[in-house]
Amino acid sequence: MTQTQLQSPELPVNHGAHPEKWEWYHYFTFNIDHKVIGIQYLVTAFIFYLIGGLMAVAMRAELATPDPDIVDPNLYNALMTNHGTIMIFLWIVPSAIGGFGNYLVPLMVGARDMAFPKLNAIAFWLNPPAAALLAASFYFGGGSQSGWTAYPPLSLVTAPTAQTLWILAIVLVGTSSILGALNFVVTIWKLKVPSMKWDQLPLFCWAILATSVLALLSTPVLAAGLVLLLFDLNFGTSFFKPDGGGNVVLYQHLFWFYSHPAVYLMILPIFGIMSEVVPVHARKSIFGYKAIAYSSVAICVVGLFVWVHHMFTSGTPGWMRMFFTISTLIVAVPTGVKIFGWVATLWGGKIRFTSAMLFALGLLSMFVLGGLSGVTMGTAPFDVHVHDTYYVVAHFHFVLFGGSVFGIYAGIYHWFPKITGRFLNETLGRIHFVLTFIGTLATFLPMHELGLQGMPRRVAMYDPQFIALNQICTIGAFILGASVIPFFLNVLWSWGFGRKAGDNPWNALSLEWTTSSPPAIENWDTLPVVTHGPYEYGFNEEDDNSVRSGTKVEPSI
Amino acid sequence: MLQIPVSLLTLVAGITVTLFSIWVGQHHSLLPVQASEQAPLVDNFFNIMVAIATALFLVVEGTIIIFLVKFRHRRGDDADGVPIEGSFALEVFWTAIPTIIVICLGIYSVDVYTQMGGIKPRNSEQIAGNLNKSSTAIAATLNDEGGDSLQAKTLKSPIIGITGENSKKPDLVVDVTGMQFAWIFNYPESGITSGELHVPVGTKVKLNIAATDVIHSFWVPQFRLKQDAIPGIPTTLGFTATKTGTYPIVCTELCGGYHGSMRSQVVVHSPESFENWLLANATNTDKVTDTIALSPEEILTPYARKLGVNANTLAAIHQQDYSN
Amino acid sequence: MTLAPTPDTSHHEEHPDFRVLGLLTFLVSESLMFGGFFAAYLFYRGLADVWPPHETEVELILPTINTIILVSSSFVIHFGDAAIKKNDLKGMRKWYKITAGMGAIFLLGQVYEYLTLGYGLTTNIFSNCFYLMTGFHGLHVFIGLLLILGVLWRSRRPEHYNATKHIGIEMAEIYWHFVDIIWIVLFSLLYILTRF
Ligand code: HEA
Ligand code: HEA
Ligand code: CUA
Ligand SMILES: [Cu+2]
Repeated sequence: MTQTQLQSPELPVNHGAHPEKWEWYHYFTFNIDHKVIGIQYLVTAFIFYLIGGLMAVAMRAELATPDPDIVDPNLYNALMTNHGTIMIFLWIVPSAIGGFGNYLVPLMVGARDMAFPKLNAIAFWLNPPAAALLAASFYFGGGSQSGWTAYPPLSLVTAPTAQTLWILAIVLVGTSSILGALNFVVTIWKLKVPSMKWDQLPLFCWAILATSVLALLSTPVLAAGLVLLLFDLNFGTSFFKPDGGGNVVLYQHLFWFYSHPAVYLMILPIFGIMSEVVPVHARKSIFGYKAIAYSSVAICVVGLFVWVHHMFTSGTPGWMRMFFTISTLIVAVPTGVKIFGWVATLWGGKIRFTSAMLFALGLLSMFVLGGLSGVTMGTAPFDVHVHDTYYVVAHFHFVLFGGSVFGIYAGIYHWFPKITGRFLNETLGRIHFVLTFIGTLATFLPMHELGLQGMPRRVAMYDPQFIALNQICTIGAFILGASVIPFFLNVLWSWGFGRKAGDNPWNALSLEWTTSSPPAIENWDTLPVVTHGPYEYGFNEEDDNSVRSGTKVEPSI
Repeated sequence: MLQIPVSLLTLVAGITVTLFSIWVGQHHSLLPVQASEQAPLVDNFFNIMVAIATALFLVVEGTIIIFLVKFRHRRGDDADGVPIEGSFALEVFWTAIPTIIVICLGIYSVDVYTQMGGIKPRNSEQIAGNLNKSSTAIAATLNDEGGDSLQAKTLKSPIIGITGENSKKPDLVVDVTGMQFAWIFNYPESGITSGELHVPVGTKVKLNIAATDVIHSFWVPQFRLKQDAIPGIPTTLGFTATKTGTYPIVCTELCGGYHGSMRSQVVVHSPESFENWLLANATNTDKVTDTIALSPEEILTPYARKLGVNANTLAAIHQQDYSN
Repeated sequence: MTLAPTPDTSHHEEHPDFRVLGLLTFLVSESLMFGGFFAAYLFYRGLADVWPPHETEVELILPTINTIILVSSSFVIHFGDAAIKKNDLKGMRKWYKITAGMGAIFLLGQVYEYLTLGYGLTTNIFSNCFYLMTGFHGLHVFIGLLLILGVLWRSRRPEHYNATKHIGIEMAEIYWHFVDIIWIVLFSLLYILTRF
C-alpha cells in the first residue's frame, strides 16, 4: 500500500534502528518515538500541574482571610502569575496537544510515527528548559509578578529580571508548540493511511488539526509581542513606554491576538477527546460527525477575530467593542453544535458509567456553565461591570478546570489501558471523580457572586464583606488538592499492577485499538486497512464481533 | 431517525423551565445595589441573559440526566446502541436557535451600550480643548517630555470610554488620576483635590481619567461602570449617580503588590450636602500645603504607606496641579 | 475496524520526505511573526503626525542598492536549483556561491547602514521599529546564508546531491525566497512608505 509512495523521487526517511521494546530509562532520553514523547509530555505536564496546583492552594490559603497575612503581596502576585503561566503553558497545552496528540494521532491515522520524529523530540525538550527558566525567575528576582498577561508598563517596572526569564520561558514553549503544530498538520495531512477517507478521520484528529492551524497562526504574534517587551525591558526601546512615545494598548492587542486563540488551543483537543470517549462508553455512534468536525474549524476561524473582548475597558473605541461583542457571541454557536452533538450521542446508547465517562459527563455539565458565563462577558455593556473581577476567574476555571482538566482526566482513564496495557482502578477513579466534581463546584461557583458583588481579581487582600464566600472557595481548593491523591496513587499502582486490559478493552472502533496494548514500537506489524468509520457502533452487528478481536475484558463496574 | 418527542410532558416541562428561568432572571440577587443611571440598563440586560442561560443550562443538563437514566447500560446487555449517525433537521435546529439567541443578544447589547453612552460620535475639537484645559498635571508632564511628535500623538489619540451623552455637556467634570496605589480626584472648577470622589446625586458627571505609572482601572460596582486608567492615553467615563450613599471605588487592573489595597470611595451627596462639601473643602484651598500634607495620608492605605511610597510624589504632583 | 493484513509490507516502511512541506508550514507561521512586527509598526505610524520623526529619516540610496542585490539573488539561487535538477552539480555550486556572496554583501551593506545612520536603537519609536525589524530580518538573512553555506559544504562530495535527491538545496532556496519576500514588504514599509 505504501508502494506507490515509495516510487516518489524524494528521499525516503528511515526512522532508524531501535530496540524491540523501550526500557524505563528510554523515557528520560531524546527518544523520537511518538508514544514515548507523548508519555514524556503527559508525565512532565502532570508534575507541573501539581506545582501549579500547589501555588493555587497557597493563594487560596492566603485568601482565606482578607488580610495579606500568609504570603507577602508581591509573593502572592508571583504565585498568581506563575500559577496561570504553568497551568496554561506547562500543563494544559503540553498535555492536551503534546501528550494526547503525540500519543494518539499517529495511532489514529495509521502511521508508524509523526512526519518529523526528531523535530517532535526537539519540541518536547524545549519544555524542561522553559520550566527551568521559570524556576530561575523565582531565584533571581522573586518571580514575575505582572500576571500571566504581563501587561506593560507594570511588567516593565516590576521584577525585571524575573520578567525577562518569564518571557524567554514563554518564547521557548511557544516555539515548542509551533514545531509540534507543524508536525501534526503534516502528519494528519500526509500520513493518514490511504484507505482512510477524510470523513473517517477520528474527530480527535480533526480537533488537533484545527488546533495546530490556530497555533501556527497565532503563536508567532505572541512571540512578536514578547520580543518587543523584551527589548523594552533590556535594550532601552520604548515600544510600550508611554513617556517614550510607545503605546501600552498595542501590547494587549498582540497578546490577546494569541491568547484568545490559546484558550481554544486548550479546549479543542479536549473536545476531540470528548468525541472519542463519549461514543465508546455510550456504545453509540457520534451524532453529527460532520457538524462536529466542521465546528472545530469554525471555532478556529471565528476564534481569530474575537480577541478584543478581553479589552472592553482598555479604551477601545465603541465600534470595536460592538464588533467584537458580536463576533464573540457567534463562537457560542459552533460550540453549542458540539455540546448538543454529544448530548444527542447519549440518546439511545447503552451508557457505561466508567470513570472515563464520568469525567466526560462532568465536563459536559461544567463546560456549559463556563461557556454561558463566557457569553455574558462577551457583551461589552455587561463585561464593563465584571471585567477583571472574580466573575472572570470563575468563568475561566469552569472552562479550563471543568473543561480542559476534566477532559484530560477522561482521556487518561480512557487510554490508560492502551498506553500501559492495564486498567486504572475504577473505585479509586470514582472517588477521584466525586472529589473533583464537588471540589470544582465549591471552589469556582461562589466566585461568580464574588465578582458580581465587587471583588476584583489578582488581589491578596480584600474587603472583609467577602470572607464567607472566599472561605468556601478555599475549602473547595483543599478538596481539589485532596482529589489528586487517589488519582496519583491509582496511576502509580495500576501502571505496575493494574488489571490486565487486553488490546481493545472498550471494544472501540478507532484505529488505535487495532494494535497491541501497549503498542509495539512501530505501532503495527502491518498497517491496518480502514473499512468503516471510527464510530459505527451498532451498525454491523454480525461482522463486528469478529472485528473486535482483542481479548474482551469487561471493566469492573 | 430520531423523533423529537412532543408530548404533553415535554410541553409542561418546557413551560416550567421557561417560567423558572424568568423567575431566576429576576430574583437571583447576585448584583449589588444600583446607584447610577447605567446600572438598571446593565442589570436588565444581565437578568435577561441569566434567564436565557438558566433555561439553556436546565435544558442541556436536564436532557443529559434524563438520557443518563434512560439509556444507562443494564447488566447483561451487550448490544450496542441504536445505529444513528445524525439528523440533519435536528442539527439545523440547534444551530439556528443559538444563532438567533446570540444575534438578539448582540443587537440588544449594542442598544444597551448606546443608551449607556458608549458609542456616541465625539466632537474631537471639544475634547481636545478639554484636554488642554483640564488634563492633569501628570498628563501634562508626559506631553512636555515627549516633544513634538508625542504631543501630537496624545492629542490625536481618541478619548475613549463611556462618555455619557455628548450633546448635553456634563454638569461636573472631575479629573481622576490613578497611581500606585491611590486615586486622586481633582475638581478643575473649584480647585479641590481629594482622595475621595464626591458627586451630587442626579448630576451628569464626567471623569477624565489618567494614570501616572502603570495601568489602573476605575470601578464602582454599584455604578456597573469601569474604565482603565492608561498611562499616555486619556480616557473618560460619564455617569449620573441616582442614589445617595457611599460606595467603594476599586482598582481592578493589576498594578503591583498593593493593587488589592488601591481602594477609595465615591460619596454621592444630595445637592445641598454637595454644596456644603464644596464649601468646606474650598476653604482648604487657601491652605494648599495643608491639604497636600494631609491628603496622601488619607488616601494612601496602610499597605501603601508601608511600601514607603508616594507621600512625597503625591505632594509634588499636587503642587504642580495648583501651579497650573 | 478491520485488520485485513496488507500483503507484502515490510516492517520498516518508509515514507516520502515531507521536509519541504514542513518548511513551508513553518514559514507561514514565521511570516506571522513578521506580521506582528509590521502591525505594530503600522500602529505607531498611524498614531503619529510626522513619520518618521525629523531626526530619524532613513537613507534611500544604499538600501535600494541592497534591495536590488537581495532581490536578484533570489533569481540567482533559482538558477542553482534549476541546475541541480539537470544534474549539473558544478552549476549549482556556482550559482549558490554567487547567492552566498550577494547575501553577504547585503548583510555588510546593512551593517554599514547601521553604522552611518546617526541614530540608534533607542532614539525614538521609529528607530526602535527600524532596528528591530531590519535586525530581525538580518538575522534571517544570516540563517539563510548559513543554510546556503551548508549546502555548499555538503555538495563537496559529488554524490551528495543529484537530480532526484536535492531536498537540502530546495529548502535553502525556499528559505531564501522567504527572506526576500519579507524584505520587500519591509522595504516598502520602512523606506518607501516613509517618503510619502
Ligand atoms: C478553555 C478555555 C476557554 C474557553 C473554551 C473559553 C470560552 C469562551 N470565553 Fe473565555 N476565557 C478564558 C478561557 C476560555 N474561555 C480565560 C483563561 C479567560 C481569562 C483570561 C485572563 O484575563 O486572564 C477568559 C476570559 C474571557 C473573556 C474576557 C473577560 C474579561 O476579562 O472581561 C470573555 C469575554 O467575552 C470570554 C468569553 C468566552 C466565550 C464567549 C467563550 C465561548 O467559546 C463559550 C462557548 C460555549 C457555550 C456558550 C456553552 C455551550 C453552548 C450551548 C449550550 C449553546 C447555546 C448557547 C447560547 C445560545 C448562548 N472569556
Ligand atoms: C488550566 C488552568 C488552571 C487550572 C487547572 C487552575 C486550577 C486552580 N486555580 Fe487557577 N488560574 C488559572 C488557570 C488555572 N487554574 C489562570 C490562567 C489564572 C489567572 C492568573 C492571572 O491572573 O494571571 C488563575 C488564577 C486563579 C485564581 C485567581 C488569582 C487572583 O486573581 O488573585 C485563583 C484563586 O482562587 C485560582 C485558584 C485555582 C485553584 C484552587 C485551582 C485548583 O484546581 C488547583 C487544585 C490543586 C491541585 C490539583 C494540586 C494539588 C497538589 C497537591 C496537594 C500535591 C499533592 C502531592 C502529591 C500527590 C505528591 N486560580
Ligand atoms: Cu491600581 Cu490596581
Ligand atoms: Cu477570549
